[in-house]
Amino acid sequence: MAKIIVITSGKGGVGKTTTSAAFASGLALRGYRTVVIDFDVGLRNLDLIMGCERRVVYDLINVIQGEAKLQQALIKDKRCENLYVLPTSQTRDKDALTTAGVTAVMDELRKEFDYIVCDSPAGIESGALMALYHADEAIVVTNPEVSSVRDSDRILGILAARSRRAEQGEEPVKEHLLLTRYSPKRVEDGEMLSLEDVKELLRTPLLGVIPESEVILQASNQGIPAIHMENSDVAEAYKDVVARFLGEERPLRFIQPVKVGFFKRLFGG
Amino acid sequence: MSFLDYFLGSRKKTAHVAKDRLKLILAHERDADGPDFLPALQEELLAVIAKYIPVDKENIKVSMERRGDFEVLELNILFPDQH
Repeated sequence: MAKIIVITSGKGGVGKTTTSAAFASGLALRGYRTVVIDFDVGLRNLDLIMGCERRVVYDLINVIQGEAKLQQALIKDKRCENLYVLPTSQTRDKDALTTAGVTAVMDELRKEFDYIVCDSPAGIESGALMALYHADEAIVVTNPEVSSVRDSDRILGILAARSRRAEQGEEPVKEHLLLTRYSPKRVEDGEMLSLEDVKELLRTPLLGVIPESEVILQASNQGIPAIHMENSDVAEAYKDVVARFLGEERPLRFIQPVKVGFFKRLFGG
Repeated sequence: MSFLDYFLGSRKKTAHVAKDRLKLILAHERDADGPDFLPALQEELLAVIAKYIPVDKENIKVSMERRGDFEVLELNILFPDQH
């Protein structure tokens, strides 16, 4: 039975698309047939992060409007055998995503895939609601920062009230918290909310912590999902996230400051 | 924080300020939303009551509020004048 996972946050720029690309790639690396869908109509970006922007011919909206078959719009990932990308369109027509259309696409994808990963747009408008509507599980991406935490709380409320599972009185959407752009040094210095703080505030189980890293920019510059950045803490952290999602026990890593030498301590840096 | 920062006056520890502010605002916003079943409860109560007494939709109010450790479900029905 296919599982639908929404990557959401409320706030923009916290790492939803980065996480969608890395997480979907991670599931595919573990052998699961996976598709990742861009729900950010008008501001398409998942294709760039996945590095398939030049292979986009048809998109989700073409499929919904009957202009293309689903098979024509799915782009096979060049790095993972079992991974497909369903890009969105750059249309400015806000009503291009219809509930019936999205439901039909989801029903078709369910037959073909083990995991369907939905990359939500920021905000709480129709695109974001559409992305979370069918979800069985949700990964709420949060930065340790006040506006991101508050927006995540809003999104958790919306998941509990507006998802298909909520509307039909089924078991609620399973929620996971993913803390990104985490800087253990700044937490130690008392300048940044700690993972314990955020967990306590949002009362949601923690799926993982992704450290702040320059590797993310290097990855997006090249269109490589961050999980493929060999020997980086970010790739390792995302692999742990995927393992935990699949039910494996993994201790949290990269949550302690890296020890710096005496001279660096003396002169800062 | 470096050794020199220590003498030159260190940066303020602001994380606990962020946490305290968030605690307050999240508690407030969660209360404001109220539980999601209230509109449905209101509809259904109205349907039951209307079977026996003619009441307008505007004359029934359901609210939930927190008083200390308790949550209080308050139901206000304004009956029409007796004829």
